[in-house]
Amino acid sequence: MTKMLRYLKGIALLCAIGAPLLMFMEVMMDLQQPALMSDIVDIGIQNGDLHYILTTGLKMLGCALVGLIGGAGCTVLSSIASIRLAKELRADLFAKVETFSFKEVDKFKTASLITRLTNDVEQVQNMAMMAMRMLVRAPVTCIGGIVMAISINRRLSLILAVAMPIMLIAMYFIVTRAFPLFRVVQGKIDNMNNVMRENLLGIRVTKAFVSEKRQLERFDISNEDLLRTSVRASRITVILWPVINIVVNACIIAVFWFGGKMVMVGDLEIGKIMAFISYITQILASLTMSVMFIMFFTRAKVSVDRINEVLGTNTSIFDAADAQPVTGTDIEFRHVSFRYNEGSEDVLHDLSFHIHEGESIGIIGATGCGKSSLVNLIPRLYDPTEGEILLGGTNLKKLRLHDIRAHIGMVLQESILFSGKISDIFRFGKEDLTQEEMEKAASDAQALDFIREKEDGFEGVVEQRGKNFSGGQKQRLSIARTLARRPDILILDDATSAVDLATEAKLQRAIRSREGSCTLIVIAQRISAVMNFDRIFVLDNGTIVDSGSHKELISRCEIYRSIAASQLGEEVLANV
Amino acid sequence: MSEQKNNVRSGGPGGPGGPGRPGGPHGGMMMGKPEKLKDFKGTVRRMLGYVVSQKGLIIAVFLISILSAVVSIVSTKLNGTIVDDFIATGDIPGLARILIILGVVYLVTAGASYLQNYLMINVSQTTSATLRRDLFTAVQKLPLKFFDTRSSGDIMSRLTNDIDSISNTISQSLPQFFSGIITVLGTLIAMFFISPILAVVAILLTPLTIFTAKIIVGKTQPQFKRQTKELGALNGYIEEHMSGQKIITLFGREEQVESEFSEINERLAKAATIAQSLSGVMGPLNNMINHFNYLVICVVGALLFISPHFAISFGDIFAFTLYMKNFGRPINEMLNLFNTIQHALAGAERVFDIMDEEPETDAPGSIELSDIRGDVEARDVCFSYVPGKPVLKHASFHVLPGQTYAIVGPTGAGKTTIISLLTRFYDLESGSLTIDGNDILHVTRDSLRRSIGMVLQDTFLFSESVMENIRYGRPSATDDEVRHAAELANADHFIRQLENGYDTQLTDNGGNLSQGQRQLLAIARALLAEPRVLILDEATSSIDTRTELAAQKAMLTLMKGRTSFIIAHRLSTIRSADCILVVRDGEIVERGTHEELIEKKGFYADLYESQFKTGMAI
Repeated sequence: MTKMLRYLKGIALLCAIGAPLLMFMEVMMDLQQPALMSDIVDIGIQNGDLHYILTTGLKMLGCALVGLIGGAGCTVLSSIASIRLAKELRADLFAKVETFSFKEVDKFKTASLITRLTNDVEQVQNMAMMAMRMLVRAPVTCIGGIVMAISINRRLSLILAVAMPIMLIAMYFIVTRAFPLFRVVQGKIDNMNNVMRENLLGIRVTKAFVSEKRQLERFDISNEDLLRTSVRASRITVILWPVINIVVNACIIAVFWFGGKMVMVGDLEIGKIMAFISYITQILASLTMSVMFIMFFTRAKVSVDRINEVLGTNTSIFDAADAQPVTGTDIEFRHVSFRYNEGSEDVLHDLSFHIHEGESIGIIGATGCGKSSLVNLIPRLYDPTEGEILLGGTNLKKLRLHDIRAHIGMVLQESILFSGKISDIFRFGKEDLTQEEMEKAASDAQALDFIREKEDGFEGVVEQRGKNFSGGQKQRLSIARTLARRPDILILDDATSAVDLATEAKLQRAIRSREGSCTLIVIAQRISAVMNFDRIFVLDNGTIVDSGSHKELISRCEIYRSIAASQLGEEVLANV
Repeated sequence: MSEQKNNVRSGGPGGPGGPGRPGGPHGGMMMGKPEKLKDFKGTVRRMLGYVVSQKGLIIAVFLISILSAVVSIVSTKLNGTIVDDFIATGDIPGLARILIILGVVYLVTAGASYLQNYLMINVSQTTSATLRRDLFTAVQKLPLKFFDTRSSGDIMSRLTNDIDSISNTISQSLPQFFSGIITVLGTLIAMFFISPILAVVAILLTPLTIFTAKIIVGKTQPQFKRQTKELGALNGYIEEHMSGQKIITLFGREEQVESEFSEINERLAKAATIAQSLSGVMGPLNNMINHFNYLVICVVGALLFISPHFAISFGDIFAFTLYMKNFGRPINEMLNLFNTIQHALAGAERVFDIMDEEPETDAPGSIELSDIRGDVEARDVCFSYVPGKPVLKHASFHVLPGQTYAIVGPTGAGKTTIISLLTRFYDLESGSLTIDGNDILHVTRDSLRRSIGMVLQDTFLFSESVMENIRYGRPSATDDEVRHAAELANADHFIRQLENGYDTQLTDNGGNLSQGQRQLLAIARALLAEPRVLILDEATSSIDTRTELAAQKAMLTLMKGRTSFIIAHRLSTIRSADCILVVRDGEIVERGTHEELIEKKGFYADLYESQFKTGMAI
């Protein structure tokens, strides 16, 4: 919790100090009011002293005005402080995530990172705002109220000594009962949302199998479950208000009874009873406020913990102090083994190979056999668990990260496009791209035709996640984006799965005929996509079982033969 | 609540739904949309329709809130009486008596407020559960077009956020609003009883409260809108760039992205500071006004007290000052509530918007399709998703029972569209599609879809057990039948190896299975359905070799004796088809067997040459 305090700096810190002071001012003024009011009644009205009423009234208004300045000032300052705090926190979180390597992003999961940056930060902001006001307001009102009450009449204030503990105990019981239930409710909400979400995502299946009824049954179960639980949870919390009500009112009756008797013997003025009631109400309200704050605080605590978890995570991949520039683009793996987590199984096991500049390499193998993991190691998106990887003869860990990634272009399985203009996509990797370069990259990636078909061509709009493009178009745009950087090593991780066969063929032909021979590494599901490459690696269970040209592999590699037979037909084998 | 009506469209009054009505706000999944109500009256009336189903409870709550408002007014008056008649006169037994009465009155108030809240929970929770159910049912009946054009986040936010704010409003704001009105009126009456002059003064003072509130709300509203807008922009940026973090890393763009982010972040901070500071002035300002009002009452009260012409007691002034507090507070509260209620109504409207979308309905007189042979014919079928941009042009084909048709062609050529039309996910524009001679437009959708089995490329699995997921094919199937289907689909083997076998709970769209395994389950599901017509969308990617062989065998089992349409990618499938339809730019450009088409040396031959034969030869 205290970690959050360091985000209060500069103006925000001044505001955070000023806000409680101003709040103190407002509360002190508020505390004066009942006393002044009772004076107006006791002295002014009872004696018919209009002058006294007016002067006291002006005092009241003066107090109210100072209170107004205090209250409004506190709000303004605490808003500034909490908003700045949230801003700094968000910026820090964002910057932190930007340093993360794939490993940390995998660990947190994108959806969770988003909630942490949005919802959780908002929770912290609200909490900071509340804290700056409540943390002062509640105790000052409570203590000040008690002091004022005692100053009016010591004996009468004994009522408080009875009422306050009763109130606190009652609240404690209700809150501790309600809290676990609310957690259960949250779980039920998640359940219900899940059914709904699945129904939206799987609507084709639902409709195809005419299983709307079955889905509705599932929904009904979770919906009614949620209904029952939330009713049960709410019923407990609504006890809180009548209980507070009864305690406050019992106090009022007690004040009338004991105070009334004192008035009768002349120990107390009538107007003081009114003031006393005001103070009791204020004190008990401040207790209620504290309970609310605690409830709120516990919720925000969860958010703070989640934020701290991100802030406390350091990237596992960073530049060495004496990192060197990249000098060559030969790739060499020396006894590389890799696993995602300590204690899990090896995804890649003892790989050694050499890829020369300008070579074209295809990688074939079953899902989960480690193809993507293998290529992810090349631009140092992950570090190998054992062994070393050399780029141009130097260990990757000794090279500048930015430099490595400037030389290696990689297109991922999932095409991610940022919203903006089409030309922004191209300039993403290289800001000073000329129009010709852009068109060349687009035409090589077989994207030029559909870009030209757009109303505004390269200035056309890309919606969030590239929603306005088909899967195949998105993949081609992703490839074009990488081509525009003119990488020395180009890695395509199954990046053309949604592109039809003929276009894929054209695309590869164009890439390979680009001037300046770049090393090409392609993960493919279809053998046909890589069958004329210099070498094809056949991966199985994290090891390279064989590598060679299509011809060589057809004649000697059993796994390769079976894949080829299934994809190309038996006669390929006969043609050898 | 199971007897709740399923379809609000027919039941709900004032539903303005009609064909082609434009949908509500699009894609915005951030909180706080512009709160402009399109049809205030209609929405209120419809919302009342939901609440009215619990008439008894509502009336009870209403009566209780009147009762408690009256009781609290009376008890305030009692305060004055206590001061005047008992404390001032020193009547101790009388004081005891009246305090007991006061105690009873307070207990009644507390009990009433408890009862009111207790009942209101039922009303609000039941209403929101009904709303959720109606929304769900409505969503399910919508045509596929709806799902293809709306983001699921948008629909989810209506189900959760909007219905939540409706529920909160019903349970808290509405009763508060009622009792606020009653309290203000009741207090006013009580004030007149005590002193008409003071009451008039109090009334004259109220515009002050209302006007200041109005001015501040007027000033803050646009600022809050700006804040919401900036927050939306920031959250959108976060969402987009967190999802694309891997790309940012790959392209080394961290710094640029960070500086863009800090710009948006700063903009939000500025907008938020203005909005919140302005609105924060409201509370203290009200406080100030209340104090001022109090003072005016005291001065006037004192004048009256001094003057011999007016008979006003000390206790009366005492009670009146208390009333003054009761009078100002609800007015302030109601002004705030107004925004909350408006917000909830806007949410209700967004929920109703979806319920009002045109659902899939069967043409009158549609027949049930059963025991078909599987003769499928398309005649001159045309279709476009966006008017003016045809995706399918004059497609015709005739598939005899038991035949296998492969559909090949470039992406976006219209392959999937043919299938969407056949299952009536979308309805064709012109031409006709018949099954066994029955026009599918005059067949009930349910029976049509039951006769057609589908294995789609992205196999969706529900978070239920493996057994239940397969059973989707035919809900009436016994466990043994499910197992048998799994065996035929070559899925039995891997299912048995799962932790709990057939009872293994799947999570997150079968995330704990490999894609190949998911495909096998989808095949088993289709097998269980025993359809006469089959649609297979062959997976293009990501099936591991071993399961691929199993899947291929299973597909062959599935296709045996059935009319099959296959969006094919594997040469072996294409070659064994009875007929290949080659689709290009929405037209069937060639058709025939593999050999015939190769012979023809047309588009298919090109495709085949470039892909399978010479590979990527340069």
